[in-house]
Amino acid sequence: MGGYILKRLLSAVPVLLGITVIVFLIMAMIPGDPATAILGSYATPENVERLNRHLGLDEPLWRQYFIWLGNLLQGDFGRSFALNRPVLDEILDRFSATLILAGTAFVLCSLLGILAGVVSAARQYGLADKAITFVVILGISVPSFFLGMMMILLFAVQLRWLPVSGMYSIWGGGDLPDLIRHLTMPAFALSVVATGVIARLSRGAMLEVLRQDFIRTARAKGVHERRVIWGHALRAAMVSIIPVLGIQAGFVLSGAVYIEMVFQWPGVGRMLVDAILKRDILLVQGGVVFVAACYVGFNIVVDVAQSWLDPRIRT
Amino acid sequence: MKLFLRLLFRNRLAGFGAVVLGAIVVLAVLTPVLPLHAPNETNTANRFLRPFAEGHLLGTDHLGRDLLSRLMWGTRLSLAVGFAAALVAGLAGAAIGVIAGYFGGRTDNVTMRGVDMLMAFPYILLALAIVAVLGPGLLNALIAVAVVNIPFFARNIRGITVGIAHREFIDAARLAGMGHTRILLTEVVPNVVPVVVIAMSTTIGWMILETAGLSFLGLGSQPPQADLGSMLGEARSALITAPHTSIVPGVMILLIVMSVNLLGDGIRDALDPRLRSGALARPMAATRVERKTVPAPEGEGLLRIDGLETQFHIGARVYKAVNKVSLDLKPGECLGLIGESGSGKSVTALSVMGLVASPPGVITGGAVRLNGQDLIGAPYEVLRALRGRKVAYIFQDPLSTLHPLYRIGDQLIEAIRVHEPVSRAQAHERAIKLLEDVRIPNARARARAFPHELSGGMRQRVGIAMAMANDPDIIIADEPTTALDVTVQAQILALLDDLRRSRGLAILFITHDFGVVGQLCDRVAVMYGGRIVETGPTAEVLEAPAHPYTRRLIACVPELGGGRRVLAAIPGLPPAVDDLPQGCAFAPRCDKAQDACRKGEIALTGAARQVRCLYPEVAP
Repeated sequence: MGGYILKRLLSAVPVLLGITVIVFLIMAMIPGDPATAILGSYATPENVERLNRHLGLDEPLWRQYFIWLGNLLQGDFGRSFALNRPVLDEILDRFSATLILAGTAFVLCSLLGILAGVVSAARQYGLADKAITFVVILGISVPSFFLGMMMILLFAVQLRWLPVSGMYSIWGGGDLPDLIRHLTMPAFALSVVATGVIARLSRGAMLEVLRQDFIRTARAKGVHERRVIWGHALRAAMVSIIPVLGIQAGFVLSGAVYIEMVFQWPGVGRMLVDAILKRDILLVQGGVVFVAACYVGFNIVVDVAQSWLDPRIRT
Repeated sequence: MKLFLRLLFRNRLAGFGAVVLGAIVVLAVLTPVLPLHAPNETNTANRFLRPFAEGHLLGTDHLGRDLLSRLMWGTRLSLAVGFAAALVAGLAGAAIGVIAGYFGGRTDNVTMRGVDMLMAFPYILLALAIVAVLGPGLLNALIAVAVVNIPFFARNIRGITVGIAHREFIDAARLAGMGHTRILLTEVVPNVVPVVVIAMSTTIGWMILETAGLSFLGLGSQPPQADLGSMLGEARSALITAPHTSIVPGVMILLIVMSVNLLGDGIRDALDPRLRSGALARPMAATRVERKTVPAPEGEGLLRIDGLETQFHIGARVYKAVNKVSLDLKPGECLGLIGESGSGKSVTALSVMGLVASPPGVITGGAVRLNGQDLIGAPYEVLRALRGRKVAYIFQDPLSTLHPLYRIGDQLIEAIRVHEPVSRAQAHERAIKLLEDVRIPNARARARAFPHELSGGMRQRVGIAMAMANDPDIIIADEPTTALDVTVQAQILALLDDLRRSRGLAILFITHDFGVVGQLCDRVAVMYGGRIVETGPTAEVLEAPAHPYTRRLIACVPELGGGRRVLAAIPGLPPAVDDLPQGCAFAPRCDKAQDACRKGEIALTGAARQVRCLYPEVAP
């Protein structure tokens, strides 16, 4: 098991390098002169040239990459010109908010999705199955940002149950109940699409497994049907559900960008969108690399969970 | 194609999706000629008019622009962008996939590594990075969405191309001296196109959603031009005061994406042969029973099967897998049930405890009595309590019948604990004892093994140990040695015989091998086409088979040391049980068949030896 984890960690190194190369190349394609972009079109040529030298932009491309990579490895993501603070500080501040939002949504969609999928498969063609299938279709078709807006209208404006937006109340907030009240709507809106996808795949995986011979064996042993479904069948189905969870985590992270905009959530997604609109390139670059690296790390966790669950791939 | 359309529209939801999507597309195409306000005509005096206001069916937005008109133009734009993104992603992805898959080797390696790298990003990060470089704008959003989706297509198409590239017709083309370009264009691409089209049709909804998302963030279409996403984005600031400006474009996106998804699902299902045949149905906890009459018990016995009828209902077809089968089993007795594949012997065995997969299996008649208690139609809880405790099964292939992810010790412990309220530790000790009883060396360590870590013979011993777990009265062994090699087979048979003699077990032994029956069974019943054609004590049946089918079946078994002998295979195939001939089912393959054999029912006659034949080989 330890060997497997180590192997998996090592295999992530080229992926991470690839990510930095891709991001670097994309950013290098920016038309025009970055220094001009930073300083604005009224900058004097001397200033532009000085900044270019300062940023190492007069070096050849491959040297620029390695300088940038070296800085990244030392935790220096550069400085955001719009915010005038180190990129990494800003990212770390924002990332915890995104992590709370996306993490909650991810737990929510995993639990609800698997639950709905299993119930749906266990009652195939029954009323519950039809109802779940319908809700799932609706769920995977609704744009999360639209759903979020409608939830604000209903729960915050009409019913006044929950706060409209933000992460904490401006006055007197800041404790956990306050956070939960603010988190409920965005986390739910963010989880809906992934819940639908996971429910749908779980249903398929369960139906596949329920036809297997070892399910018949469990029944022949006299194992109770509830345990056949939630124990034997679900355990085997998890082998194909877990990778889907890994993929969906990426979609939850992506969807967080919209949800953060709708609910004014102070996360990385909103930071990135603002940075793009302000053409704060270093912040975009750093944010993308950072979040992508976190996602790669999460996928390693998923793979390890998978190997723990399925002894056949451990060897 | 016709079948495909029929299947598609039989799925009502898919039909609904097709109609809705069709209507939206037609309206979007017709938008320029419809009598609408100009979409960008502002009129700040009429800001935020509610729907059904005069002259503005859906009201107006924050600049007093007609919402209906903006909606139609926005829909048009969103559809066009989504479609274009799907097309670009599909074509580019397919090109990469085809080249990587066809050339293989290093080309494949390098390309697919690159694709994997792209897939390591959460999709929106990449899209945001691209928009950051190109700057906000609808065309740039389109490019971003298309690029982000290329890996998905490239991967799918590569997989399919690899499958095609190694087929004979490609080799033939190569041998005929065709160049790579020509082979790609004339042989590979035509085979890939349908897959690309289907993948594109199912992702258009997704593309529309993604571009709408970028526009919503303000990174897509720029004012005054608006697609559905940017309409929503602009309306967001007035969400609370004028909710209709948000609801109108939002509902439209929902409708489009939902109808595309419904249609896409319908297409996928209609093309999936497994769904068509109902092979994805889940078997229920117990076989469905539709029995009209209960036959009277014909006698005593530990297990009595009277006139059992089990059928498979698939579509309009009825397969009579088991047709009025009667058997009985006394305590400590071993009864062999023998027949070719598809003769109904396994279905008979599974019917006893309601384990026939249902759907499609249905028990339509007969009774199965265990100590006089009828099990057909018994409540699930009664059946479950007897499963494994009174009647236990051993199945054919122990690799697929043991749970692959549970340790064998845990599987044994579970078998014990479902029927007896013992502690885990006690059950564990008993499990070890059981493994020792079936002569698994080093049982304590092996209990921690997973099924895939054991050999076939060891696995089957585990299967037997599990069947023995609750000291059942009856073991139903469904071809337990078929998947094993001959020496292991002999060991397993010896083990079963031992257990049976030491514990007084009754065994119903299902096999297609007369050699095995001869070693183990007291009596034998021969099945053909879902019916019993002959029964009797094993030695007598083997010595002097009465039914022509039995005789021919025995003649198929080579005998060691029996000298040179012609092995006579039986010509023809076993009958299809959805279309049984009148009279004797074996008549078409029988060399003694007369006209009378092909008319009417033939009864099973005799007492200790019974045979269902008008012209038996020996008098029963």
